[in-house]
Amino acid sequence: MADAILDVRDLSVDYLTRGRPAKAVEEVSLELRPGEFLGIVGESGCGKSTLLFAIAQLLSPPAQITGGEVIFKGANMVQLGEKALRAIRWRDYSVVMQSAMNALNPVKTIGAQFADAMRAHQKISKAAVLERSREVFALVGIDAVHLRSFPHQLSGGMRQRAMIAMALLFSPDLIVMDEPTSALDVVAQRALMVQIKELQRELGFAIIFVTHDMSLVSHFSDRLAVMYAGRFAELGPTQEVFASPMHPYTIGLFDAFPSVHGPKVHIGGIPGAPPDLAALPGGCSFAPRCPKAMAACTGREPEFYQVAERRVRCFLHGPEGGSDD
Amino acid sequence: MTEVTGGFGGDAPAAAAPVPPPVLETRGLTRHFRIGGMRGRTLHAVDAVDLRLDEREIVALVGESGSGKSTVARLLAMVYQPTSGTILFRGRPLAELRSRREVLSYRGQVPMVFQDPFSSLNPAHTIDYVMTRGLKLHQPALGRGEREAEAERVLETVGLVPARQTLAKYPHEMSGGQRQRVSFAQALSYRPKLILADEPVSMLDVSIRVGLLNLMARLRDEEGVSLLYITHDIASARYVSDRVVVMYAGHIVESGPSEEVLHGPVHPYTQLLLSAVPDPRVPISITSAEIAEPPRVIEPGQGCRFRSRCPLAVEMCAQVTPQLRTSSPGHQAACHVTVPQEPGS
Repeated sequence: MADAILDVRDLSVDYLTRGRPAKAVEEVSLELRPGEFLGIVGESGCGKSTLLFAIAQLLSPPAQITGGEVIFKGANMVQLGEKALRAIRWRDYSVVMQSAMNALNPVKTIGAQFADAMRAHQKISKAAVLERSREVFALVGIDAVHLRSFPHQLSGGMRQRAMIAMALLFSPDLIVMDEPTSALDVVAQRALMVQIKELQRELGFAIIFVTHDMSLVSHFSDRLAVMYAGRFAELGPTQEVFASPMHPYTIGLFDAFPSVHGPKVHIGGIPGAPPDLAALPGGCSFAPRCPKAMAACTGREPEFYQVAERRVRCFLHGPEGGSDD
Repeated sequence: MTEVTGGFGGDAPAAAAPVPPPVLETRGLTRHFRIGGMRGRTLHAVDAVDLRLDEREIVALVGESGSGKSTVARLLAMVYQPTSGTILFRGRPLAELRSRREVLSYRGQVPMVFQDPFSSLNPAHTIDYVMTRGLKLHQPALGRGEREAEAERVLETVGLVPARQTLAKYPHEMSGGQRQRVSFAQALSYRPKLILADEPVSMLDVSIRVGLLNLMARLRDEEGVSLLYITHDIASARYVSDRVVVMYAGHIVESGPSEEVLHGPVHPYTQLLLSAVPDPRVPISITSAEIAEPPRVIEPGQGCRFRSRCPLAVEMCAQVTPQLRTSSPGHQAACHVTVPQEPGS
């Protein structure tokens, strides 16, 4: 895709341990258009946060990129040195973490942290720092008096909005978000999602949003990727994925949520547990938990088959279909 | 203990057979915390809560963080003492439990399962040790062989089979869902009447959660245990519970049979909570990014605590604290607008 702002190609990340390396991300490819909202969902240990950190070049040992490229605005970030990365972080792309309480410095006011971020990139007057800080606070709906507040003086929802304000300081083209709403209550969570979407419409940045709760992004993301054991199991337009999930894992996840609407039905969840990434089973990594597994599934790994606008890593949707059972 | 203590409502059928007292009941349960040092202000965590759990019943206590739901659990588990109000266990006030033995016996009959399966089990010991220690404390009459049999029975009940292999494991060898099953097995080995489950599934993965919810329903149906399921997730509350109790800022604002509350929520807060549940199957209903967080209840005056966020608030809501009133049989809500007080009542 020529107009992609981000092009991730065959990205792999290993956690190097004393035993066999854990393959947390295995040959993941994705493209992001300017202003697109991509949701990545998966359970704990599926590699979704590692993928996000690898894209943002924030991995630290024992995690290591073992292959692939992250082309952002024309440059391969995997090859960039720390100095070059520092120049584009916050300015061209920014990161919003799961826990603002941990991501913010507890002994500095929010305003001072905004000033630090801005001064790291340019010579800028105090007045200009204050003006921009007020602007981004206004964008997320926080009163400017809270620039003088310390992180602990804000509520959870406000801290998370302050983090988003900080991510907006330089009007970046891409914001990557790692479960930014998971510490919030359901009402505050919903309000924050609506706000993120409104900001995106207004400012036009692209978003990669990682979450374990697929229903959370259902009304907000343009495309949805479902991740399992370090790989994408399914990728497609969000509404399509919800309307007709194709991968048995996506179907299982979708059915594991009790609904507050409609008739009350018994649900079963997905039996078993995700595999150990250091000792993946041969063939499809979901096969041991899959209700539709066939002989072929344990033999070799399915490819990421293209089905219309969707991609699915399952033999049921491959060229041979489900013909061998 | 089987003596009838009911009859507060006065509307029970006249010639009914003697009704056993509820397993657990609270009357006017209140807990305040002193905060702020010099100025000595008071945080009202729980105010005047009347709660009832019957035999073989799952009651979901639903609320956001700061609603007081976990404080209620700790009061029931005797971690905190109430500021005022009473807790009755099978008709007997907890305040009457004096000796260590009586308190221990209560804790065995009303055990608690915690939220975090990664910190609630001692990493240095096997599951066998954990189970044996609990049994020695709460079932001292059992011999070594009986303890072993009992540990295996409860592990099988919660689906950790083969039980003998589970006993030999350390917590780190188990997944979060399995550890939470161990917590339920441990609670079950005390032969409880009621299990207090404080957000038992919120730290687990989506695909694992529903298995635990199904287990809770099975404990009620097959083991005859009641459960207080404390959660912020109203969808899972609906899935597993017989009745739902909704708390907001220390007060109960609505309670009733789960399906009735979920399909016909009466209190505006319950309506807000339901509309915020992300559900791909229905169109989005909250469309504004208003600031939406529950208040900390410090030195509250009179009035409804939800009024500042309430779309229906009228003048009266700032002056008079609404009381729970019946909107339909078994279904109560505390709201001046949606359940108006009848004149003269």
